[in-house]
Amino acid sequence: MKRRKERIDRGIKARSEDIFALSSYREMLYLLVPRAIPVVGLLGVSLFLSPYWKEVFISTAVYALLAISWDLLISAGLVSLGQSLFYGIGSYVAGALNYYWGWSPLFTIPVATVVGGLLCTVMLLPVLRLRGIYFAMVTLVLPLMLMRLVEATRILGGTEGLTGLTPFPSPLMSLYVIQIALLIALFGFRRIIDSDYGLVVRGINDNDRSVMSAGINIYWYKTQILFLGASVGSFAGAFGTHVDMFAGMPGFALDYSLLPVASAVVGGMGTFAGPLLGAFILVPLSEILRALGALRIVFYGLFLVVFIVALPEGIFPYMQRKYHQFERWVEIE
Amino acid sequence: MLLGTLVYGFINSCILALVALGFNLTFGISGVANFAYGAIYIFSGFLTWILLNSLGLPYLLSVLISILCASCVGLAMYYLIILRVKGLSLSEVMATFGLGLAIMELFRYFDFVGFKYTLPVFFDGSVAIGDVYVDYQRLIIALIAVGLTLCLYLFTHHTKIGLAFRAIAQDERTALTFGIDSDRIGALSMAFGAGLAAIAAIVILPLGTIAVEGGYEVLINALAVCIVGGLGSTVGVLVASVLIGYAQTFTANYLEPHWMMLVSLIAIAVVLVVKPSGLFSHQKELEERI
Repeated sequence: MKRRKERIDRGIKARSEDIFALSSYREMLYLLVPRAIPVVGLLGVSLFLSPYWKEVFISTAVYALLAISWDLLISAGLVSLGQSLFYGIGSYVAGALNYYWGWSPLFTIPVATVVGGLLCTVMLLPVLRLRGIYFAMVTLVLPLMLMRLVEATRILGGTEGLTGLTPFPSPLMSLYVIQIALLIALFGFRRIIDSDYGLVVRGINDNDRSVMSAGINIYWYKTQILFLGASVGSFAGAFGTHVDMFAGMPGFALDYSLLPVASAVVGGMGTFAGPLLGAFILVPLSEILRALGALRIVFYGLFLVVFIVALPEGIFPYMQRKYHQFERWVEIE
Repeated sequence: MLLGTLVYGFINSCILALVALGFNLTFGISGVANFAYGAIYIFSGFLTWILLNSLGLPYLLSVLISILCASCVGLAMYYLIILRVKGLSLSEVMATFGLGLAIMELFRYFDFVGFKYTLPVFFDGSVAIGDVYVDYQRLIIALIAVGLTLCLYLFTHHTKIGLAFRAIAQDERTALTFGIDSDRIGALSMAFGAGLAAIAAIVILPLGTIAVEGGYEVLINALAVCIVGGLGSTVGVLVASVLIGYAQTFTANYLEPHWMMLVSLIAIAVVLVVKPSGLFSHQKELEERI
């Protein structure tokens, strides 16, 4: 077994980039509180929402999952503009299993997660060698193409889609399923990216050629990351299908591609918490703006522009920086 | 049938080329993918309509004003938005897309929907080519597409600003050492792109009504042509618009019309897989794959 030495304090940037000492209860709280916020916030706040806002919460969480999966892909240098590919495939796999064979959501969702992830990986495998914008363009085009294909060949219900699917036993259950999935994805991906494995992945993003020249097969790593990201996206699709009781062409719609990217850009890329935060700002915002009627999208667009211009790094990195810069007065002994 | 398909295919190609020229110019020179392109197209269409019908200005004047206004929008967009996020390509795309969304939906909010929103054709009537009837407007589109391409060629090869455009496109740092201000050229390229979008709108929109959805369609068509031709390559744009234009017309005539979109999407996907930097873009081949 290969091992390497690691300082225990590494990875936690409390005092400075690489020196760290836990010496008091307060300092432990200082580290713990930011990590506890999403857990308490997600599990606690959702209980007190009205039924309408619970639904908004669920769709927000679906977008947040897609955004987190987008963020994982970007960590390996894969710019995806087609999260709706993952969503659509996941939703069709789960929908078809439920519609034609009557499987319960308990089985369709796990199967759709794995099978959808595999299908998307296989579909994108030929273009995995493409870089940056070229990969992005393929991912943008693929879901649109699949959508037209379903429309033209009328398979899987054609334009009408598969309707009347089995819903979750209770709304509360769906709420908890998506929250737990979201937390697992958030903390799991953060963990992966901080590990040695994640170091290689981030290296591929920074400079793929030097990772190659270190004798590492970057395509294998990229494939694994793609599978992980696609599975999470497919899970979101399968989940969304059973909540809406419908699988159809809207699954490939541009919404599912653009909103996750917008969330990640607003929240801050490469942090996982950023896209989550972004999704929880953007999706409820669009619901609040619904009162404005047709002006809603106008404000939404302008909000996006102002945010990107005013805070190009994203909200989460900004908050993180400010949090690390907290100061306090101490007495000189 | 075949002659008709050929003629209309050519006109379809010209429309695609007109639509893509402006997007391609901006991207080729400053590297900014202007996702508000469709919005500017629609904006100039509606602006011309307002100037013509609500203010009663003469046709030529309102056309000139709206081309100028579109260019100003492009210029302002560069200085107010793009300059602040320059180099962050995803932020550029999201910001321009957000602005485009805002502009287009604003028109929807003010109820610019309906059949009365059409621009006048230049000349009424039609002409017969063999046994195919083509109206004058479609001929003019073809003429203007060809003329504009020629003008652009002359402009980029024989004027000072045009040469500066090409210098920035080829090597920004070397261009800087020659005293070419890359920000100014970037802003100008954005303004020119927007102006070309306005020209395309004024020439093409008389064929139908001005609709907000048209903006999205224009953006997708421009993207398709530019990807297949190679982002930033003018020859590529021309060849790609001919390819996609004919492919669309042939599928519309010989297959069902709803296969039309599928064909151009498949064309994009195939080109991206086989030759990602497009058919006519040689200098980027090194960076496209690893």
